Amino acid sequence: MKKFLGILVTLVLLYILTSIIGDNFLSAYNQEQLLKRTALYGLLAIGVSFVIITGGIDLSIGSVVCLVGCGVPWLITQHQWPPVMAVIAAFLVAMMIGLWHGFLITKVKLQPFVVTLCGLLMYRGATRGFTEDKTQGFGITHSELRELATGKLQLTEQFGLPVPFLLLLIAGAFAWIFLNKTVWGRYLFALGNNEEAARLSGIHTDRMVTLSYVICSSLAALGGLLFILDGNSAQPSDFGNFYELYAIAAAVLGGCSLRGGSGTVIGVVIGAAVMQVLKNMINLADWLKSHLEFLVVGGVLLVAVIADELVKRRVRK
Amino acid sequence: MLTAHGIIKSFPGVMALKGVSLEVGRGEVVSLIGENGAGKSTLMKILSGIQNPDEGEVEMEGKSLSAASVTEAQTAGLALIHQELNLADNLSVGANIFLGREPCRFGWIDQKKIRQESAKYLSKVGLKVPPETLLSELSLGQQQLVEIAKALSTRAKIIIMDEPSSSLSQGEVEMLFEVIRELRKGGISVIYISHRLAEVQELSDRVVVFRDGENAGELGPEEMSHEAMVRLMVGRDVSQLYQRTAHDLGETALAVNGLRTQANPYEEVNLELRAGEIVGIAGLVGAGRSEVLEAIFGMTPAVAGKVHSELPKSPREAMAMGLAFVPEDRKAKGLILDLNVEQNTSLASLGENAKGPFVNRSHEVALCEEMTEALAIKTPGPWQKARFLSGGNQQKIILAKWLALSPSVLLLDEPTRGVDIGSKEEIYQLMEKFAREGMAILFVSSELEEIMGMADRVLVMREGRLNGALDRSQFSEQAIMDLATKTQS
Repeated sequence: MKKFLGILVTLVLLYILTSIIGDNFLSAYNQEQLLKRTALYGLLAIGVSFVIITGGIDLSIGSVVCLVGCGVPWLITQHQWPPVMAVIAAFLVAMMIGLWHGFLITKVKLQPFVVTLCGLLMYRGATRGFTEDKTQGFGITHSELRELATGKLQLTEQFGLPVPFLLLLIAGAFAWIFLNKTVWGRYLFALGNNEEAARLSGIHTDRMVTLSYVICSSLAALGGLLFILDGNSAQPSDFGNFYELYAIAAAVLGGCSLRGGSGTVIGVVIGAAVMQVLKNMINLADWLKSHLEFLVVGGVLLVAVIADELVKRRVRK
Repeated sequence: MLTAHGIIKSFPGVMALKGVSLEVGRGEVVSLIGENGAGKSTLMKILSGIQNPDEGEVEMEGKSLSAASVTEAQTAGLALIHQELNLADNLSVGANIFLGREPCRFGWIDQKKIRQESAKYLSKVGLKVPPETLLSELSLGQQQLVEIAKALSTRAKIIIMDEPSSSLSQGEVEMLFEVIRELRKGGISVIYISHRLAEVQELSDRVVVFRDGENAGELGPEEMSHEAMVRLMVGRDVSQLYQRTAHDLGETALAVNGLRTQANPYEEVNLELRAGEIVGIAGLVGAGRSEVLEAIFGMTPAVAGKVHSELPKSPREAMAMGLAFVPEDRKAKGLILDLNVEQNTSLASLGENAKGPFVNRSHEVALCEEMTEALAIKTPGPWQKARFLSGGNQQKIILAKWLALSPSVLLLDEPTRGVDIGSKEEIYQLMEKFAREGMAILFVSSELEEIMGMADRVLVMREGRLNGALDRSQFSEQAIMDLATKTQS
């Protein structure tokens, strides 16, 4: 609780502020959209927080979103693959990408930043290649598959929980159990803190690091799939652009240190929600031009990180 | 000339200096001795401006240096020569002497002046090499002299030497002493820190003894007997500190054959330990002692050789053979500082005790309780981060982590470095207890007192080779130093 109290307070304040300045903010439709967007970005953020806990970074998330988001409709509509096969293929490719990152980082000893930066360029490039840079989507077909992202669990007549939000809760629960209750979670925190000491205690540090990249890419793939099912249209040149940065920002807001060794799932999900409320606020407030979005998001992130650092310093004394 | 008075300095979890004092006169060679963790290095860092004291006064020729920076301390005439030399070995001797203070002409480095000036200072320390020589071509002893020349070039009035002889051969040590005596004649003072009491006796005008961050006493030239120094350092009879009892040894517990480490691939190390035996490895810094332990534990896998019947390629494989290893640098390699006491204690045995993929919490809690009591670990609770414990308690947590696996062989690298005297005594008692219970212990130490006090047998290494072995009856500082510095014929 202590670890994510700050970000929780931030979320509540922003939420109240936005509900005052934005007329339609509290409408059922807007709340559903907010939950759905939080869920989509939250899944990416949970993924990257595994990597950040080990002291690494994954910059290729947005490109994996693009690869899966364009690749799945491409396989289904242009190559007539059964949807199930296409989805399985997408997850297998994402896991291979994670394994490949892990291999390069732990065995070839390359820096995570460099490895995943190359990934960022390559996976988008590959997607633009095989789709010939053409917009991908399902058109009016496969609406039953799209229910996965567009469906909702109706609670009242107007308001329903979006399916992606339910998926976020499930993925979040698994991630929480993994990090807090299993041996592997403990190993991740230990090696993120001090990899050499962890290795000397008999932990397979290389395997654990690789596992974190596999989890990250897999959740990026899930995110990518949900994004395309929801939006139904993806341009290979910009689908998923900057999503890794939203994910990393949410993880950092949620208490992950880029030095490794710390982070909580609940904090990260709240971090993702803060980002979405902010975006929502910019869109709803007339006096804020929406092209100032990055300025505001960046500024809030910076303030949050500074506040966090100051609080930590005070606690240390 | 220099007075430090009532110096107090604390770090998280430990009070390193509890109000120590030190005075140095002009042209005086003062030796500062004390066990590991007595606070010598901390005081030296304070004198040279690397750290500032929490309380207390440092004065040099009437000028306060209590809040001085490194540059200010240097300007005042204090120079510190670290144990690990601070030189750039890709540069020439001359360039090293003037590093950061290069004389310039029209914005260009004045190479001619560097050569002339360097030659002057080199001759003062009796080093006959041209200033253009690359530092990497010099021996460790010669590099030490370059450091002293560098100190002289800053017009140092007091030179602090931290364990200068710990990596030098006998001949080089004599050369160093000659230079120190010359400096003294020239009115330059030296604060000499060493573990080698024989050297201290030979060299110093006065000995100051620290114990647990306090002044334990001072000895003049006539009072500097070995016994007197040890008594002040330890604060009690040595026999009390190192309590060994005779017990029967068991079967072979560790057999290392033809081990060739990456650091010294052309030297084969063979050794054998029996259950219940404590064996020490002595030698100079850089003799390859730690490397042997690290190779046995698979941390830096050996080039060739066998531990029992195979070569461990990772710590995990070594652990499967019943080995455990407490590294020298506990903060960098031994502990996860931001995990708590409980999590550190259970780390190595976590997988073994897991319930499926899940951490066995009740076992973990019980283990930590058991170990905290058995090893008398002082912590406010199992939730405390390892970072905030004192050196001695941190060391005990690492021991606890391994005890949870009931190893048959314990490898210890400098087991009491940076640990206060009370914890030290406890660690020795634990070593004795483990041995009595049948564990074989192989430990590396730079403290001869500790080696002679704890070991049943000493192996002495020199330049990567096991240069000889001594039984308890043959132990003496002289015998060990001879093996550490001279080739055996």
